[in-house]
Amino acid sequence: MTRLSGAFALGPALVCFVTAGDGPTPAILDALVDGGADVIELGMPFTDPMADGPAIQAANIRSLAAGTTTADILRIAADFRERHPQVPLVLMGYGNPMLRRGPEWFAAAARDAGVDGVICVDVPPEEDEALGPALRAAAIDPIRLATPTTDAARLPRVLDGASGFLYYVSVAGITGKQQADTASIEAAVARLKAATDLPVAVGFGVRTPAQAAAIARVADGVVVGSAIVEIVAAHGADAPAPVAAYIKTLKDAVASARKVSA
Amino acid sequence: MNAPNSFRAQPDDRGHFGAYGGRYVAETLMPLVLDLEREYRAAKADPAFQAQFDDLLEHYVGRPSPLYHAERLTEAVGGAQIWFKRDELNHTGAHKINNCIGQILLAIRMGKTRIIAETGAGQHGVATATVCARFGLPCVIYMGAKDVERQAPNVFRMKLLGAEVRAVTSGANTLKDAMNEALRDWVANVHDTFYIIGTAAGPHPYPELVRDFQSVIGREAREQMLARTGRLPDLLVAAIGGGSNAIGLFHPFLDDGDVAMLGVEAAGEGLDAKHAASLAGGFPGVLHGNRTYLLQDDDGQIAEAHSISAGLDYPGIGPEHAWLKDVGRVEYTSVTDTEALDAFQLLCRTEGIIPALEPSHAIAAVARRAKQMQPDQVILANLCGRGDKDIFTVAEALGVAI
Repeated sequence: MTRLSGAFALGPALVCFVTAGDGPTPAILDALVDGGADVIELGMPFTDPMADGPAIQAANIRSLAAGTTTADILRIAADFRERHPQVPLVLMGYGNPMLRRGPEWFAAAARDAGVDGVICVDVPPEEDEALGPALRAAAIDPIRLATPTTDAARLPRVLDGASGFLYYVSVAGITGKQQADTASIEAAVARLKAATDLPVAVGFGVRTPAQAAAIARVADGVVVGSAIVEIVAAHGADAPAPVAAYIKTLKDAVASARKVSA
Repeated sequence: MNAPNSFRAQPDDRGHFGAYGGRYVAETLMPLVLDLEREYRAAKADPAFQAQFDDLLEHYVGRPSPLYHAERLTEAVGGAQIWFKRDELNHTGAHKINNCIGQILLAIRMGKTRIIAETGAGQHGVATATVCARFGLPCVIYMGAKDVERQAPNVFRMKLLGAEVRAVTSGANTLKDAMNEALRDWVANVHDTFYIIGTAAGPHPYPELVRDFQSVIGREAREQMLARTGRLPDLLVAAIGGGSNAIGLFHPFLDDGDVAMLGVEAAGEGLDAKHAASLAGGFPGVLHGNRTYLLQDDDGQIAEAHSISAGLDYPGIGPEHAWLKDVGRVEYTSVTDTEALDAFQLLCRTEGIIPALEPSHAIAAVARRAKQMQPDQVILANLCGRGDKDIFTVAEALGVAI
């Protein structure tokens, strides 16, 4: 059992995203764990985050303006792994920074930093050879995304080569916007779970404990991103305490939700 | 690398031009991009589609555009005979309209009811707004806030044509940021919206279909040149931002082994300073749906491009040019802001033609190259846009108040 599969085996998992280098990232990561995060997604900032809404765009700009480099992000990951040997850590971002020094370099550096999985927004299954083989060779899970536009004919293509978990993007749109209704999420998750044994985590637009609980009832995981990034934006250096408090409210909601079989 | 049997057989069935191109898009867009490819294949095989495209190019755009022997410029420069493909005489004043006609016909064929586009100089925005007015479709144009400011006449033109112009204030407020914002719109409106990309870049099949629509330039020029002179040109020259006018001129000639080709990037303030020459100063990477040469730092963060020409101010280049550079079929060079301004004025005074700043880069390279060639040799350059939109920029650069 990997760290990732272990995190999903214990019931609905809370998956939390922050942008690396925006605010005091190591302390914010600790706050996520303290609050009850089961999986950490560490966002790699990029100059052109074309799948992200205003909150995460701004976080990318703040991080890059503060001088965050790929080496800094890998160091944050490695230090996190030392402090938290059991908490799964996933790098999430865009292809160009991951591919700049070659996919093998990136995969090896991520492995050495104790990274468990990679979500690359703009390298779809059709371009898997650009990054996927290098990740698999380094025993890192290439985590794939499914969306409302991923129809039944296409789903096998998405699942072929996917591992770790399946990230269901519940709305066709950018991060941080409105959430899809619970009924459509439930139907989509059922469709996905009929096609794969991978855990299915649902994200995009999740911000309240009630929303998180509703998703936790039907899916294996709930992903929260923009709402956390907004707390970091509002509190800067003082973000860890409010982040931990917020995560705790989500965690309580997720833990109390009883997962029903899909 | 061995030369392929044909330079005109790209891309492969996955949209790759050698190591470049491809479909680097978010999953939400992937089914749409696959749909577009299917629909484009069907349209390409449909004589009715081709007939409608040709009819609109003839009667609405004003094609074929003339092939013109620039005798006074030839005399002033000295050396090879200089000819121009006059795509600045098209309706809306640039080559951009060729592509927009093709793409809006595809959009209608796919049942899409809303059009979006990005624009830098505003020529593609104007061309898109034009075809949307012509076919009665609502249209949103994304334009960097900085470009909205420096291309005010084109912003007003788009509004007159009924388009909504959204100033983009993310990133550096220029063309690449406008493209990011258009992609964000598209991903949120996949069911009814068609994205008319303005250059031969983006996810497959855009680089291929934009090239095909723009290849009317090279097909006409090849026929016209043979009819007028009984021979093919020795050298083709075109300016390159994303590269659609250049690939449109070059592609029909790629297998004519005796025809040399020169693509001209914008060197801005110089290749050691701020510039927009992705091939000369960039490295391969992934942005906006394709793998190509990009201006970027060691961590893969995209650099800001600079050119006096807003239409060349982009940190990437179409993937087919990246491939043509690597296989050596096309030579690429660059021209600075200052050299382009000189060429702009030279053409005004020798030929009575006010060129856009984009082809002014090509003209500067033509002047440089013609001097090294013989009077019985022929250079054909694409005059891809007219300069009315640029007179304010040029006045400012020359220190003239108007």
